[in-house]
Amino acid sequence: MGPPVMPEPSILLSVKDLHAHYGESHVLHGMTFDVPKGEVVTLLGRNGVGKTTTMRSIMGIVAKRAGSIRYNGTETVGLPSNRIARLGIAYCPEERGIFSSLSVRENLVLPPVIKPGGLSLEEVYELFPRLLERAGSQGTKLSGGEQQMLAIARILRTGAEMLLLDEPTEGLAPVIVQHIGDIIRQLRQRGFTILLVEQNFHFAATVADRHYVVEHGQVIDMIPNADLAANMDKLKTYLGV
Amino acid sequence: MMTIFGIPTQALFGQLLLGLINGAFYAMLSLGLALIFGLLNIVNFSHGALYMMGAFVAWLLLTYLGAGYWLALIIAPLAVAVFGIICERFLLSRLYKLDHLYGLLLTFGLALVIEGLFRQLYGISGMPYAVPKELQGGWNLGFMYLPIYRGWVVVASLVLCLGSWLLIEKTKLGAYLRAATENATLVQAFGINVPMMVTLTYGFGVALAAIAGVLAAPIYSVNPLMGSNLIIVVFAVVVIGGMGSILGAVITGFLLGLVEGLTKVFYPEAASTVIFVVMAIVLLIKPAGLFGKRS
Repeated sequence: MGPPVMPEPSILLSVKDLHAHYGESHVLHGMTFDVPKGEVVTLLGRNGVGKTTTMRSIMGIVAKRAGSIRYNGTETVGLPSNRIARLGIAYCPEERGIFSSLSVRENLVLPPVIKPGGLSLEEVYELFPRLLERAGSQGTKLSGGEQQMLAIARILRTGAEMLLLDEPTEGLAPVIVQHIGDIIRQLRQRGFTILLVEQNFHFAATVADRHYVVEHGQVIDMIPNADLAANMDKLKTYLGV
Repeated sequence: MMTIFGIPTQALFGQLLLGLINGAFYAMLSLGLALIFGLLNIVNFSHGALYMMGAFVAWLLLTYLGAGYWLALIIAPLAVAVFGIICERFLLSRLYKLDHLYGLLLTFGLALVIEGLFRQLYGISGMPYAVPKELQGGWNLGFMYLPIYRGWVVVASLVLCLGSWLLIEKTKLGAYLRAATENATLVQAFGINVPMMVTLTYGFGVALAAIAGVLAAPIYSVNPLMGSNLIIVVFAVVVIGGMGSILGAVITGFLLGLVEGLTKVFYPEAASTVIFVVMAIVLLIKPAGLFGKRS
């Protein structure tokens, strides 16, 4: 007999045997993982293993998906993405998705507030003072780092409890990566649950509670952040670095 | 008699007014087309037929129910918008993921069916529609005579276009529309019901066409072909203004109406082709159109 069973942390998002297709190509081959409430969880893996597709499947943007994605007990496979968003999941895409025909302020307030509990506009500006200075500019006139801030900032107001952040540090200067790390830790403290896609596991190690390693559209390993140092060689083999 | 460049002022301003009237219709129709193209990715060739339906609904209301112009100005756009929304839900919505060409073919076919139906029922001779009595008569402005109804059409069109522009550029709803025009998938992933927005946008564009039809009824006779006569020029306007540019469509609509009017004064033979000449030149110099963003 094993040790006494610890009380399970409550699972906010549960993905089981998820398959997804883009046209003819079968990208996800039975992804299975859980995201406990209040944790920062990363999906680590090489390029093209299906991390972004997993995010898009959770969000309901990939049309052909099969398996189960339960959010707070609700099955979301089969729901259109607007309904999924209204359950409390907010998405920050890899390409950031800043709208050029909208000002910074319009971009910031575009996602509708779906439930109470989100940050107020003042709190968002406190976290990202630069966005207040540039509020009147065209969204895409911001620098890459500022656009990334905007992409994160605009999903904090909506009241969503779960944030999907797809490679928020990609291509950014170290000082900005550090700032984004600070923001993610603050958000965790405020009770947000975060699913993070990362290539940069050094960064991931500074913010996350656990890491799922993805290969060929499947989760092949789970490493708690506390055990990361001990598993570094294994992880490096997985990631081919 | 006063003249400018050897042209009597009466004739000059008369043609400019005619140009402005035509421009008002170009602007209202191309505004709707640009909106629809931006969000739905559909080149709506049935726009002319829907404009014609607006005029016919006004005529039918008057002839069979005795309902006058002002009521028609409210009912016709609603009725035609409902018809348009049904077409969008059951036909157009199947084409969004395909090439533009399919939408063009479907809406062109729809236009032929609608026009054929009205031709079968009402012939092609055209039905007169009286100017409402509140807007009869005219003002002598000294340099020209201005029929009140024509002035009303220009003002109404300007108000509608300006109102639509403000709605799109300055409101939250407009921000959703602009964002969805850029990236509908992401806007929907933020929790906005984009398919519903697409349907309503189509309905709005169609309603604008129908209002234009009602406004046109007392000026041109109500005729099943009135739309197809106009729509080719309106497409040229949209191309010149830049596909998908709202402000571009409106400004270009009025400007080209004026250009057409001026051509009628100085070189009447070219009046019906001048817009296409302008289109060719603009496409050579600026392929995305005067106000277009994409290259």
